[in-house]
Amino acid sequence: MSALLDVRNVETFYGPIMAIAGVSLAVNAGQIVTVLGANGAGKSTLLKTISGAIDCRKGQVLFEDKEIQNRDPDVVAARGIGHVPEGRDVFPFMTVEENLLIGAYGRGDRDAVKRDFETVYQYFPDLKTKKHDRAGFLSGGQQQMLAIGRAFMGRPRLMLLDEPSLGLAPLLTQTIFQIIRRINGEQGVAVLLVEQNAHAALEVAEHGFIMEVGRIVMDAPSPELMASDDVKEFYLGQSSEGIRGERRWKKRKTWR
Amino acid sequence: METSDVIQLALIGISQGCGYALVAIGFVFIYRATEIINFAHGELMMLGAFMVLTFAQIWGLNFWLSACLGILSLGVFGYLLDAVVMRRIVGESQAIIFILTVAIALMLRSLAGIIWGWSPRSLDVPFMQDVQIGGIVLGMDRIAIILGTILLCALLYWFFSRTRTGLAIQASSQSQLAAYYSRIPVKRLISVVWAIAAMVAAVAGLMMAPVTQVDTGMSAFGIKAFAGAVVGGFGSIPGALLGCLLIGLAEPFLDFFFPAFKGVYAYIIMLVVLFIRPEGLIPQTFAKKV
Ligand SMILES: Nc1ncnc2c1ncn2[C@@H]1O[C@H](COP(=O)(O)OP(=O)(O)O)[C@@H](O)[C@H]1O
Ligand SMILES: [Mg+2]
Repeated sequence: MSALLDVRNVETFYGPIMAIAGVSLAVNAGQIVTVLGANGAGKSTLLKTISGAIDCRKGQVLFEDKEIQNRDPDVVAARGIGHVPEGRDVFPFMTVEENLLIGAYGRGDRDAVKRDFETVYQYFPDLKTKKHDRAGFLSGGQQQMLAIGRAFMGRPRLMLLDEPSLGLAPLLTQTIFQIIRRINGEQGVAVLLVEQNAHAALEVAEHGFIMEVGRIVMDAPSPELMASDDVKEFYLGQSSEGIRGERRWKKRKTWR
Repeated sequence: METSDVIQLALIGISQGCGYALVAIGFVFIYRATEIINFAHGELMMLGAFMVLTFAQIWGLNFWLSACLGILSLGVFGYLLDAVVMRRIVGESQAIIFILTVAIALMLRSLAGIIWGWSPRSLDVPFMQDVQIGGIVLGMDRIAIILGTILLCALLYWFFSRTRTGLAIQASSQSQLAAYYSRIPVKRLISVVWAIAAMVAAVAGLMMAPVTQVDTGMSAFGIKAFAGAVVGGFGSIPGALLGCLLIGLAEPFLDFFFPAFKGVYAYIIMLVVLFIRPEGLIPQTFAKKV
């Protein structure tokens, strides 16, 4: 069986700067896969390349066996990919309800859309009580819920989540990750989850990729990654940023 | 100065302000969707008036039909202006975009002069007769501008807050990328915004025609509308409406009492407001809708 999403050897540039250099990865239908990496590793760029927000210079992105690289993002979204961007990016001046309605833009099945509103409110009861509030006034956690709900309203078969735990308290992160897992299990939506929070991500994901300066340097099933010394040291460890950065530099050679 | 004079001047001022406001909200729409400041917007208004004049007086069609055709033709023109020209310069520097819109303005003005001539023409409209209320004679053309503006604003408000396309345009203006991710065809909708803005400018041109006449100088209206939008807080629709009404209303009185600076008060007001309150009267952040 071929993968739902198949990224093959993709290279993406910002002007002359190569942000991702020959990345390949696959996500199967119904699977949760995570990409871990430090700030600036190229995780967001990878997701943007998949969803068509940035063109790649080389390589292919296949979704359900069809090439989607370098299409406009609205076209890619219509194919069944829902991108939950970094930093939530909700429509701040619109109400929660309007944000969700926009998420369902391009869908003709009105009755199903109505049911999906209820589904989203079930997953995120906070959103229901705030449905007439402007999204800009929500807390960070609620905005993250709204961004996920908005993507869900498009009924994607694959969700791209860009650091949903960013800036959230551990408890809230846990809640949101549990719901990601529920959406995956109950709705059959595959998830490509990009994270710096390796603990939380490896707990929900089946498989993990580790990205460093634009390359995938390691990939394995989550339990294996959690047990790996390198991952323990650099991604699950308690060490401070500075020490981590130095050590990574030394250790990187062993991975390549 | 008698009460009736005050009422007359106020009516002139408010209607003038409404005209500015229609032009101003057009370029605020464009600015919010694309961050382009379209210095050719006054020219679109002028073009709208010329188109209606062409249909009504050169082709001899019924006035209302001509009005509709004129407005629609500007809609098509605005759409194409974006789809063919502006869309290609996405991502260029503000300076390049500025120069391009100014160049378009100059070209449109010359083109209009070549096609319709450089001398003013008058457009006969069915709402020319004056009405008398309590001994005060009021110009129907002026009243029509005010009523037309109120109607059009209500229609636009309904469109942007109640229709699917309107909401999608709002979303695209608030976050283009998130709108794209929501399957919104952002590029096409931006062209639709240009079409709407051009049509609103055409309505302004059509309604101002009886009081200003139709000529290439009409496009200068755009600069005063710009001043009004700056006074209100650039980027805000309520701000643009308020700023334009303020300038429109102040102009005739200032011209009357201090004729020395006749015609430049719009800019003086803009400078004063920029000195006292550089963010404008109603800054964008407080204007939530549309
Ligand atoms: N808009 C941009 N212009 C130029 N360089 C960028 C841009 N966005 C990201 N980069 C660079 O590309 C690299 C990858 O960035 P990004 O994909 O955002 O990483 P991550 O999401 O893993 O933190 C970084 O070195 C970053 O500086
Ligand atoms: Mg990122």
